[in-house]
Amino acid sequence: MAKQDYSLSPKIDQVGILDRVARITARSIKNESKMQGLMMALNMIDLTTLEGADTDEKVKQLCYKAVHLHDSIPNLPTTAAVCVYPNFVKTAVKALKGSNVKVASVATAFPSGHSSREIKLMDTKIAVDNGAHEVDMVISRGKFHSGEYNFVHDEIAAIKEACGKARLKVILETGELGTFDKVRRASDIAMDAGADFIKTSTGKIKPAATLPVTLVMLEAIKDHYYNTGRMVGMKPAGGISNSKLALQYLIMVKETLGGQWLTNEWFRFGASSLANDVLMQIAKQNSGNYQSKDYFSID
Amino acid sequence: MAKKNKKEITLDLSSDWGLAPAPESTSHIKLKKKYDLFIGGKFVKPKSGKYFDTINPATEEVLAQIAEADDKDVDLAVKSARKAYDNVWSKLSGKERGKYIYRIARLIQERAREFSVIESLDGGKTIRESRDIDIPLAAAHFFYHAGWADKLEYAFPNRKPEALGVVGQITPWNFPMLMIAWKIAPALATGNTVVLKPAETTSLTALKLAELFQDAGLPDGVVNIVTGHGTTGSHIVNHPDVNKVAFTGSTGVGKIIMKAIAGTNKKSTMELGGKAANIIMEDAPLDQAVEGVINGIFFNQGHVCCAGSRLYIQESVYPIVMRKLKDRMQALVVGDPMDKNTDIGAINSKKQLDTIKNYIKLGKAEGAEMYQPKCNLPKKGYWVPPTLFTNVAQSSTIAKEEIFGPVLAIQTFRTIDEVINKANNTPYGLSAGVWSDKGSKVFNLTSQMKAGVVWANTYNKFDPTSPFGGYKESGHGREGGMQGLEAYLKFD
Amino acid sequence: MERLEILKTYKIYIGGAFPRTESGRYYAPFVNKTPIGNICLSSRKDVRNAVVAARSAQSGWAGKSAANRSQILYRIAEILEGRRAQFQSELELQGSSKANATKEINATIDRLIYFAGWCDKVTQVFGSVNPVASSHFNFSTQEPTGVVGIIAPEDSSLLGLVSFIAPVIASGNTCVVLASENMPLCSITFAEVLATSDVPGGVVNILTGNTKELLEHFGKHMDVNAIFYGRSSDDEIKKLQTLAIDNLKRIKIKSEGDYLNDKWENPYLILDFMEVKTTWHPIEAISATGSVY
Repeated sequence: MAKQDYSLSPKIDQVGILDRVARITARSIKNESKMQGLMMALNMIDLTTLEGADTDEKVKQLCYKAVHLHDSIPNLPTTAAVCVYPNFVKTAVKALKGSNVKVASVATAFPSGHSSREIKLMDTKIAVDNGAHEVDMVISRGKFHSGEYNFVHDEIAAIKEACGKARLKVILETGELGTFDKVRRASDIAMDAGADFIKTSTGKIKPAATLPVTLVMLEAIKDHYYNTGRMVGMKPAGGISNSKLALQYLIMVKETLGGQWLTNEWFRFGASSLANDVLMQIAKQNSGNYQSKDYFSID
Repeated sequence: MAKKNKKEITLDLSSDWGLAPAPESTSHIKLKKKYDLFIGGKFVKPKSGKYFDTINPATEEVLAQIAEADDKDVDLAVKSARKAYDNVWSKLSGKERGKYIYRIARLIQERAREFSVIESLDGGKTIRESRDIDIPLAAAHFFYHAGWADKLEYAFPNRKPEALGVVGQITPWNFPMLMIAWKIAPALATGNTVVLKPAETTSLTALKLAELFQDAGLPDGVVNIVTGHGTTGSHIVNHPDVNKVAFTGSTGVGKIIMKAIAGTNKKSTMELGGKAANIIMEDAPLDQAVEGVINGIFFNQGHVCCAGSRLYIQESVYPIVMRKLKDRMQALVVGDPMDKNTDIGAINSKKQLDTIKNYIKLGKAEGAEMYQPKCNLPKKGYWVPPTLFTNVAQSSTIAKEEIFGPVLAIQTFRTIDEVINKANNTPYGLSAGVWSDKGSKVFNLTSQMKAGVVWANTYNKFDPTSPFGGYKESGHGREGGMQGLEAYLKFD
Repeated sequence: MERLEILKTYKIYIGGAFPRTESGRYYAPFVNKTPIGNICLSSRKDVRNAVVAARSAQSGWAGKSAANRSQILYRIAEILEGRRAQFQSELELQGSSKANATKEINATIDRLIYFAGWCDKVTQVFGSVNPVASSHFNFSTQEPTGVVGIIAPEDSSLLGLVSFIAPVIASGNTCVVLASENMPLCSITFAEVLATSDVPGGVVNILTGNTKELLEHFGKHMDVNAIFYGRSSDDEIKKLQTLAIDNLKRIKIKSEGDYLNDKWENPYLILDFMEVKTTWHPIEAISATGSVY
């Protein structure tokens, strides 16, 4: 098959994107819709710890939180997954045994992506062999900026193969791409190479996820779906720390891709502090009182 | 239709989640049962004693009664405008005039929510638009023009601008408050006094504005508001002591007014109809173009003179644009204008509803293919779902005549020459839209469009600094911007 | 033996050519009880043909660079200068004193040069970049209205005529002119100047004839975008204003006056036959810090 010329990816008008986002953020989500949305959001969170200071104990605490978000509120969902470095996958798998919470591991020389193909493949294999259900890889932004789109494509394809049954999330690190045109191009490359999810950010670079960048990626997913019939998931990550914003993301998904994508199989939030804000909102909806952080554990 | 070999790929964009009602509160709104005429700074009863109902087109409930001004009332209004002009307004320095206008702008901002709620109740437009667009822009128009009051000579090098005197203004029902701002703000800034007639279906914000003028301490008679139907308007137009007539509305009524003032010395500004072409080239940013098409035709229920009501899609991207357009339309919420999530509100009046329905019927009868997304329309009130027509020709009625509703006529084209010819092939010339990622192509298209406002890679944007108005039968004169001042001035 | 003088046949000027009126009719205006020539009595069909010529020339004329139009207007002045003698004798024949005729010719040449200079400045002075609140580049500029009918002044056959034509064509409009009915000689000689001065055929079309007969055909024609009326009849003004409504022609009236006066030299006469076009385009706002990205 002839290689795709990714420089021909659709063009994006940034001001137009912002106009569309303004329409979405003007949506008002009330009452039962809000409650449903908040529950959905909790269930879509990839509870994340990706720090140099991570330890087995820290990861275990996080896993506990993923399953027991706030036990005083009945019928809460779990988060979708916990997301850790490869060397903590074993710990997380053990801690989450018996739950539905998936273990996601970053890989491929996260977060810079600067390493050899061998190391990246090995990184992925170790994560998968240790039981990771999902792999969050980073693309080679340097190669991408140099215009070596085929290199980027083939690397993703190789990692996808190494993932086996694990689902592959491809982090574009949109904060380093610079324009929406390039975000769109990178999205197209990742999806063509077999990504199960495309993801905005590592969380290490600002700006991380934003609504506009997510809209560009969702529209890429839509076009890919129409062209191939294959659904691809979306994961904005970093910078999503409150419920209102989370609901705006969900409205954007609903209006761009529709109800099929509104499950944690196809949409995730990469976040560490979002869960508590959502929980506080749920508690407020239930009790009518505004909440204090003191009552919500910070694992 | 051709047989489909593979399973059709579709998206379900109509999922119900997120659509719990989110109504704007109306409890803080105080409306009187009856509204009188605003003449000489006071509310006065109409000489005839006649009133008519103004209704909420979303519920068909009566909101208030509005006075019907006759020739005697209009005469009184013109006289008080003349008196205010001679004795007060023309004697003020530009700087002092400007300060009154600034004050009006501020008061509108302070009462923005009240004005937007009333606008939506009375006119059927969505609260999202009245809150985010109409009222803030109205305030912005007063702010912008306030600053011109003492700087007019900078807009007309080597010339001495002077006020005209008393200007008669007749405004439409599609943007009641905003169009009043477009009319009154420049008239006052240039030193004129005003007799204004708002559209009969949407008088309430004009009358609330009259209350605001009282609170602003605007000298009595500087602005007079006479409500009523077309005959009231004709009394203004025909009044011998009116120096200028400014009208926004249909081309048909505009021509009647032009006829009435032919041979008099009255100046005029006419902002009339349109049938704008919105052109999508194959290299356009398609998702944003589709959003622009949506905004171009469904903004304010399509009750927009500059609506992008003729869509031209380059053939090579026709299927993909149609798919995106239909998907996007599924996510549009039609219904209660007071719900913050509503995208398309109520049609302004029963009369307009009938007009639109007739055009839809005609479109079908002429062989065009109609598409409307599924929507649950309320039982009461006046509604039209967003509507597309394909299989349309340049000669189809729905591609030629202004429908003034959420109805889009779609055609394809192959070359840039072809689309320029088709786009300009209309007696109208108010606005146009072009979509392409290539700068040189954009400027070719924008300069070829015979239209007063051309939006490139955007649509339906408005700003007080940006002159608005049409070529050809879309009217003459401009409103807004430096170039808009000329319409309210004379020069020796 | 005394040489027999060759008399000039005055024809009309349409699309760069000098046809006789299609009607075959003529009239002979008198000055001091003496007929001054046989002049074409143009018809409705001549108006029609002239509008067609003006329309087909319009986009090409407007499409020339402003600098080029400027040079062409200057060229008209140059050629006119070289034809002074002919205008001098015609003006005198039409009743002007020698001194006044000279003054009028001088002013006419200067007026052309005045408007020649505006061609490439008018949009520069009167256009604007508008500071809109949203992230858009927004500018307003003027474009020619299109085809303009000119009812030239009755009492000033050369200076009045040129004072009406020059501002109209400076911006890229084309025109169909109805010349002074009683003093038409200079108009046709001026057409000969135009024909030899790089003005493309159809940009200016000049008809002679009876105002009463032709006025309504100017007013009614759906492909005439504007009318510049230079006389003082209230009835004619009202008639034009009424007829103009069908296609919303722009009607500008400048009643007769002293054309030697400086007030006939201003750019606002050009702007009267231009339309303001405002263009919007988004400005991408991705900054180095990525704040809106």
